[in-house]
Amino acid sequence: MVLTGAEIVIRCLQEEKVDYVFGYPGGAVLFIYDALFQQEKVRHILVRHEQAAIHAADAYARSTETVGVALVTSGPGATNAVTGIATAYCDSIPMVIISGQVPTAAIGQDAFQEVDTVGITRPCVKHNFLVKDPADIAVTIKKAFHLAKTGRPGPVLVDIPKDVSAQSAEYHYPKSVEMRSYNPVVKGHQGQIKKALKLLLEAKRPMIYTGGGVILSDAAAPLTKLVRKLGMPITNTLMGLGGYPATDKQYLGMPGMHGTYEANMSMHFSDVLLAIGARFDDRVIGDPAHFAAEPRKIIHIDIDPSSISKRVKVDVPIVGDVKEVLEELARLLDESKHEQDTASLATWWKQIDEWRSRDCMKYKNSDEIIKPQYVVEKLWEVTGGDAFITSDVGQHQMWAAQYYKFDKPRRWLNSGGLGTMGVGMPYAMGAQLAHPDAQVACVTGEASIQMNIQELSTCKQFRLPIKICNLNNRYLGMVRQWQELFHGGRYSESYMDSLPDFAKLAEAYGHIGIRVDRPADVEGALREAFSRKNDLVFLDFQIDQTENVYPMVQGGKGLTEMILSAEDL
Amino acid sequence: MRHVIALLIENESGALSRVSGLFSARGYNIESLTVAPTEDASLSRMTIVTTGSDDIIEQITKQLNKLVDVVKVVDISESAHVERELMLIKVRATGKDREEMKRMADIFRGRIIDATDSSYIIELTGNQTKLDSFIGAIDTTLILETVRSGIVGIGRGDRILKL
Ligand SMILES: Cc1ncc(C[n+]2csc(CCOP(=O)(O)OP(=O)(O)O)c2C)c(N)n1
Ligand SMILES: [Mg+2]
Repeated sequence: MVLTGAEIVIRCLQEEKVDYVFGYPGGAVLFIYDALFQQEKVRHILVRHEQAAIHAADAYARSTETVGVALVTSGPGATNAVTGIATAYCDSIPMVIISGQVPTAAIGQDAFQEVDTVGITRPCVKHNFLVKDPADIAVTIKKAFHLAKTGRPGPVLVDIPKDVSAQSAEYHYPKSVEMRSYNPVVKGHQGQIKKALKLLLEAKRPMIYTGGGVILSDAAAPLTKLVRKLGMPITNTLMGLGGYPATDKQYLGMPGMHGTYEANMSMHFSDVLLAIGARFDDRVIGDPAHFAAEPRKIIHIDIDPSSISKRVKVDVPIVGDVKEVLEELARLLDESKHEQDTASLATWWKQIDEWRSRDCMKYKNSDEIIKPQYVVEKLWEVTGGDAFITSDVGQHQMWAAQYYKFDKPRRWLNSGGLGTMGVGMPYAMGAQLAHPDAQVACVTGEASIQMNIQELSTCKQFRLPIKICNLNNRYLGMVRQWQELFHGGRYSESYMDSLPDFAKLAEAYGHIGIRVDRPADVEGALREAFSRKNDLVFLDFQIDQTENVYPMVQGGKGLTEMILSAEDL
Repeated sequence: MRHVIALLIENESGALSRVSGLFSARGYNIESLTVAPTEDASLSRMTIVTTGSDDIIEQITKQLNKLVDVVKVVDISESAHVERELMLIKVRATGKDREEMKRMADIFRGRIIDATDSSYIIELTGNQTKLDSFIGAIDTTLILETVRSGIVGIGRGDRILKL
């Protein structure tokens, strides 16, 4: 069958069972938009800024097990998309981005709306392609989806010149693709898994530390089963929240810079540390030299060999898909006659419970002024702990991560790797489209929300009843906190004057806006918002301006050198 | 430590920039990099000379392997291998220098491949040290121009880098 390049693009998306494409039209993609117009299977969400298109598609992928898809035009369309692409890349999110390019003959001529999209995006994609012949579109898109979702997932960009989308070619969608240069390992090495199991069972102070890899490989269920069986303590990183139920007693909370005392102490003083789909990020282990000074054996399961022994030396590396490896580990555990050192484990738990009794997450609530932690606690209660929570970047992000107890995977959507302010609302849009009947809340700050505030319009057009919880402290709070602690209280440009009346702003876009000033009104406002099943409600919580995020491990310090609260300073 | 990394990569536009971009983005050294298609025109072979601690070299090979277009990566300097580099050097060759230059080229088994009244182009192959010593051995004020290809390398005996 002969089709135009544009028709081929849309056919391929249909073949991949893509429900939604997030995008924004322009000259170089007019043929593709025309083909999109003439069919109904693939629906298009018209955002108000290309960055939001990428974020929303990214969230669609994060909250489901599918590949997110976005479509942007050449030049400024592509450059606007870059922040979104880099955000997805840093968190290994499977995505396919289709960008228009100037006609083949104009490439390199400094044509109108020409940029070297493949060059600009190269360092922030898993792979990218420039398609020069309509006959290559189908196989390229097939490869793009294959690359995006296999191995360590990531965004893949396909750049299509305008003439290529206009010309015709024979269409055939390949069922599968072979790439001799790309064969990610899936199964872990048996011998290594056995070694790991032996180490774990003999451990006196075992600790399990899991990251985003558990979420991405859909390994929460086998992980939970295995950890319960082993009876060992576990921590989930910011990217791994929901990998293990947060309300379970074996769960120690999040580790790292704003992690719990018990999680950090247990990481540090463990004698065997099992790391799963995590990468020993500087925000998690603090100073690597300080971390390495305490002797312990490390087992590391990861799909990406380059993540292993990158920041810390690993004793038992296991390269493979996290889910496959965990299932194999569980099978070997069932068969094993090796005795677990349960006596030592009991002593270890005693120590952990002592650390726990410091109750490091307690905060001083107030009747007068709204505490952000209180808002998140109430949000958890009101939503029955079962919402999709997105956040932006800053103090509010940490409070959301600390006080919303995620029991399920893919419920917590945030930019952990790149730390991109502005993801919150587009993430909520993507999650709501993927789960139309679910409760979706965006916990944000007055600065972050303004980075993609225009998306209130998209939410109106597509009737997305997300709930925005703006923890409004009138400050770039996280910046202010660092300036208070490390820059002598010189608040250089961290106070934002002339904020809009967010409730009125939401109303101007056709939504409901509620300003909340008093602690007593927090719960009522949340209940009111979530009772409005079909409306977007913007809750503007006026919170304590000077509240800081604790506990805290300062940059460059060791995990055990924590500031637990303001009194510690 | 100096390492010589050989790799096979899909011969596609942009392949070189993926490799060089990786080195610059992660702050790895490139002492030299050579690339050309193999007997199978769909594959290119690169030889990269780099320096770094064992940890860094391990990361470099892992990161190279991670590039989607890269088919195979080997650190050939880990075992017996051969390295060669080609140098073309244009020197002033007049008066008594002319005889002397010819003599030096012969000693280093170089060949004079172009001669004018006042200059020679000498072609020299060998490992890096040999080429360096040639430059050290002649009167450097006579050097008009040099061009070196960068190293190409291959494992000895049964060590074969192929698909
Ligand atoms: C795009 C972008 N620019 C700058 C930063 C640096 N940054 C991190 S947190 C923060 C302040 C965020 O303020 P707000 O959204 O009000 O959140 P708060 O910390 O007050 O809760 C800034 C500027 C960033 N992460 N992303
Ligand atoms: Mg703020």
